[in-house]
Amino acid sequence: MTAVFKRELKSYFISPIGYVFLAAFYAYAGLMFYVTGLSEGKTRMDMLFSSLVIVLVVIVPILTMRTMAEERRSKTDQCLLTSPVSIGGIVAGKFLAAFVVYLAAISITIIMALISCIYAAPDWSVVLGNFIGLALIGASYIAIGVFCSSCTESQPVSAVLSFGVLLCVTFISSIASQLPFEFLTKLADKVSFAERYYSFTYGLFDISNVLFFISAAFVFLFLTVRIVEKRRRS
Amino acid sequence: MIEVKNITKRYGAHKALDDVSFTANDGEILGFLGPNGAGKSTAMNIITGYISASSGSVSVDGKDVAQQPQEAKKNMGYLPEIPPLYEDMTVKEYLWFIYDLKKCKLPKISHMKDICSLVGLEEVMGRLIKNLSKGYRQRVGFAQALVGDPKILILDEPTVGLDPKQIVEIRSLIKKLGKRHTVILSSHILPEVQAVCDRIIIIDHGKIIADDTEENILLSADGERNIYITAQGEKEKILSKLKAISGAQEVSCRKAKGGNLEIVIRTAKDTDIRRAVFDCAAGGGWAILEMRTSRPTLEEIFIRLTGQGADDSEEVSE
Repeated sequence: MTAVFKRELKSYFISPIGYVFLAAFYAYAGLMFYVTGLSEGKTRMDMLFSSLVIVLVVIVPILTMRTMAEERRSKTDQCLLTSPVSIGGIVAGKFLAAFVVYLAAISITIIMALISCIYAAPDWSVVLGNFIGLALIGASYIAIGVFCSSCTESQPVSAVLSFGVLLCVTFISSIASQLPFEFLTKLADKVSFAERYYSFTYGLFDISNVLFFISAAFVFLFLTVRIVEKRRRS
Repeated sequence: MIEVKNITKRYGAHKALDDVSFTANDGEILGFLGPNGAGKSTAMNIITGYISASSGSVSVDGKDVAQQPQEAKKNMGYLPEIPPLYEDMTVKEYLWFIYDLKKCKLPKISHMKDICSLVGLEEVMGRLIKNLSKGYRQRVGFAQALVGDPKILILDEPTVGLDPKQIVEIRSLIKKLGKRHTVILSSHILPEVQAVCDRIIIIDHGKIIADDTEENILLSADGERNIYITAQGEKEKILSKLKAISGAQEVSCRKAKGGNLEIVIRTAKDTDIRRAVFDCAAGGGWAILEMRTSRPTLEEIFIRLTGQGADDSEEVSE
């Protein structure tokens, strides 16, 4: 697993994907920090954090589109699958590499919190709670992206597919609220990634939300392993 | 030792491999021979655990590839048909990655040096794999299979796409490796298998149609032999005289050039008519300039066997 992790992490910064991802995230977060915080003269960061979820839906697919799809296209999966490493280990290595790049991206919010210290100290417990929430939703998004990447050999297809899936799971409650069935709306609120995440930005640290994101990540990583397994059999 | 037992691989209704069984003993170079699409690569992919079989089992030194994949794979090095190379890495980075991936315990630097000098990669260590020529890519693929000094090497068409000089190099390398490793190599090039392998398995349409040493395969088709003579004389007279010899099944004149006739006589099994041919010439007053016999080559046997295989499977599918 560590070998796959190291290679993946390195390859993010050999190819432009890692840089593009970081640059896009930093640019958007910087703009939002200025608009919601600096220009208003506020040190509350909840607006910044809640605005970040939309950019994740767009750029996480860029981060994960290569992971499994490229291995299949270039046949390098032959080398991974015939080596004494379990499929779970391969998937975990790839997931963790993407997650580390993601953590590097979102840690900019900590720097932003430090910048607001110049004016007034932010509520650190809320910032930390938000940061954990952002890390968790990112982990589940990356797992979904890795899963979508394992479904296809083509990177563009993988990116569009994960964009579609992320859009659905994130804004499912807004979609369901348009429907005239109340139980659907309630159900959608329960599984909506955005609703779960927004409760972090309100300053609530609800353990059920933490477990929701962690289990979502595990479910999609498990499905990825199953997809790879299944392809070996068919 | 590799034991392959009753392996079948289905893709829908199509059987890529049909009840294939064989063993590869320690220190043996086993050649997998078959036309394109015969199931060679499928068999190798199953042995190495890249894909799984629909039924049947593969064990490597007593460890089942499906049940104990990590232990079984530790002893195998695999060079697939297309070398699995990460284009954006340098040769050195790539081989070090493979070293870590295989959880290799040998001293890293000296082991890498040994492999690179063995396959001749020293000059390109710092170059990106995407900039390498086909021959060098194949060598990197070879080096990758050798990392960790596995007991078993599985090579899928190792010389494809190489120039003649490289082919000779790779073949002598395989022979060298065969002394310490068990090697299974696949090819559709006969002379290659003949030159390198101790034992040959001929596979066609997913079935094994021959599994033996080269000599025995040749022997199995023995009995029939052709006599080639170059004669000088009157064509019609010679041919009719030769046809009269008992044991001569078919007499044909292939070429008549400047008064020389090139005649082929196919004889019945286990009959030697060379003396009769000589007597015939001596009595008939024509001259034999050259006479030689030949047995069918492996190539002819291969074509005959695989041709039959195709007929069989057509009957089955009907």
